[in-house]
Amino acid sequence: MIMRVVLAEDLHLLREGLVHLLRAHDFEVVAAVESGPDLLTALITHRPDVAVVDVRLPPTFTDEGLQAALAARRQIPGLPVLVLSQHVEQLYARELLADGTGGIGYLLKDRVFNAEQFIDAIRRVAAGGTAMDPEVIAKLLASNSRNEPVARLTPREREVLELMAEGRSNAAIGQRLFLSESAVGKHTANIFLKLNLAPSDDDNRRVLAVLAYLNDK
Amino acid sequence: MKHIKVLGHGLALFAVVLIQIPAALIALVGVVLSFILGMVFLFPPSIRLIRSVARLDRRLILRWTGIKIEEPYHPPPPPPVRQRDGWYRDGRTLYRKPTMPAFNARLNWFLRDPSTWREIVWLLIDPWTRAVLAAGPTLLIGYGVYQTWQGNLWGLALPVAAIVVAPWALRIYGFYAMGMLGPTASTQLIGQVRHLNQVRVEAVDAQAAELRRIERDLHDGAQARMVAVGMTIGAAEQLIASDPEAAKALLAKARESSATALAELRQLVRGIHPPVLAERGLGDAIRALALDSPLKVEVSVDLDERPESPVESAVYFAVAELLANASRHATKVSIDISRRGRALRVTVADDGSGGAVIHPGGGLSGIERRLATFDGVLALTSPPGGPTVATLELPFALSAQEPEIRSAGWRGALVAICWTLCWIPLIPQGIVTGFMLAFGAPTKSWFLALYMPEPLQWPTVFAMITLGATMLAGGIVLSASVAREEAIDC
Repeated sequence: MIMRVVLAEDLHLLREGLVHLLRAHDFEVVAAVESGPDLLTALITHRPDVAVVDVRLPPTFTDEGLQAALAARRQIPGLPVLVLSQHVEQLYARELLADGTGGIGYLLKDRVFNAEQFIDAIRRVAAGGTAMDPEVIAKLLASNSRNEPVARLTPREREVLELMAEGRSNAAIGQRLFLSESAVGKHTANIFLKLNLAPSDDDNRRVLAVLAYLNDK
Repeated sequence: MKHIKVLGHGLALFAVVLIQIPAALIALVGVVLSFILGMVFLFPPSIRLIRSVARLDRRLILRWTGIKIEEPYHPPPPPPVRQRDGWYRDGRTLYRKPTMPAFNARLNWFLRDPSTWREIVWLLIDPWTRAVLAAGPTLLIGYGVYQTWQGNLWGLALPVAAIVVAPWALRIYGFYAMGMLGPTASTQLIGQVRHLNQVRVEAVDAQAAELRRIERDLHDGAQARMVAVGMTIGAAEQLIASDPEAAKALLAKARESSATALAELRQLVRGIHPPVLAERGLGDAIRALALDSPLKVEVSVDLDERPESPVESAVYFAVAELLANASRHATKVSIDISRRGRALRVTVADDGSGGAVIHPGGGLSGIERRLATFDGVLALTSPPGGPTVATLELPFALSAQEPEIRSAGWRGALVAICWTLCWIPLIPQGIVTGFMLAFGAPTKSWFLALYMPEPLQWPTVFAMITLGATMLAGGIVLSASVAREEAIDC
């Protein structure tokens, strides 16, 4: 199935690069815009399967892209948005996740270097999942370093937690850590037990629960 | 009781003349000798003597009238610097020992300071003013008692009047002393210019150091890595036909290097001007800091506008430093950002063990230096056992909320009335009428007291003089207080 994408990026070279990359992976770029207001109209009119948005856009070069994405999601709840930025902030991650509906990605621009993983992240977001940058998760865990239950996790469980918080499925986590899927399942059950969270089989809901827990330090 | 105390203070202030007059005599002899007979070595100690008397007065006036008089003196000269050849230079002359250059510098310091000459004038006229304003009320009481004892019953009015007037007289003396001993507008400006100069030098130094650090970081970090990336890609280019596998490996390495370079650049940018600060302003930038901290941080922001970008940046880095300090021993921190008039105030309070002090060269004094560029101050209270509260205040960081309605309006009118009308009761109706009563008046004209029945004539004259004097004094005190508030406002 061909997915329809709206792309917002003000740097010409990067925008063209992203368009190429997306086309090469069977995406249809329905609009490639370069400013905040244009982005909002494009999102509302095209209702894409997923939007790839740079945080900093003209005219103000502040957080136009983020604001436009949030505004669009208020009008079209659950509209999948992948936000790209030169820097990641827990503050922005929180705002993106605040409505609890999923379909959110927040990645450093560097992640585009690895096309495969980047495309995988877009697909995950389009399917209503999450794709959080490892750096966001690292910051999240660092700010939870004095949190009793998090500190009680074993190193392996911590690794699983990190990957899970990034939004990866059990299968993907298993592949990364060279574990069987059932072993990952056991670790996630332990994590949920230690963090006192209700277990859930649904990947997306599980991730949101973990992120909500970590955000509520 | 309060009034009796004031009388006592006045008398005590007057008693200072017992030190003042001998000191004045000695100092004046010293000054005269140093100029007429060329005994210059007597000049600095004479001036020092005068200054110590003036200092004593400033202290007493502060304690008894609450009027704070700042010292007007120029800052002392720096000690002579030894040259590389071991000599000390003073103008065109070289000295083997530092004694002479130091003495010359001190002499110049005293001679060039206008407050030296103002204080000599003050020493000459002050005993008289002091006798009237500080000791006057007590003398008036004595005179009243003497008159009553003589059988003149109107004498009874004098002690009452003296007791009422005493606090005013003492305040007027305080303001007079402020005029004589305090800094003039020009010395205040000199002080301000000196302070600004110092702040500017520090700001420029800090900026230069910052630029050097950025240059070094770029040079050793991202720049070097980009060179490596370029070389790796070049090598891959050469290999691509003969050994595609090796070329692929090299390209992967190049990608990795560029990612590392980006990470370093990100770190560097964060240290120069954090992106959240640029995108969202102070409040959200501090919230972002709070989220990244392992502590429980509560942030409350009550600002209706964004301060200038350099101010935001200074406050951001100050709070980041304080938060980093707190994370060593505290578990909970609360940060409060709000406005106080035009000032921006930030409080950072933690529940740590306290005992923090500002070491020169430490992180806290770095914050002080950075804030000083904006006339900001850091106040730290950190008793052993905690809690530690650091307050940053930047006086003119924000724009005025709304044009202030001058509250000095009614006082301004009162001052005008006092100044314009005080002479009527004081001179024609008071003093002149008094003379007319004493020496017999040819006509009654418009002198109110002369129309009074015989026993009320003298009391009317005194009442008029008191009214006039009170208006004059009121005018002086009120205009001084209005001027002071304006000075604080601007």
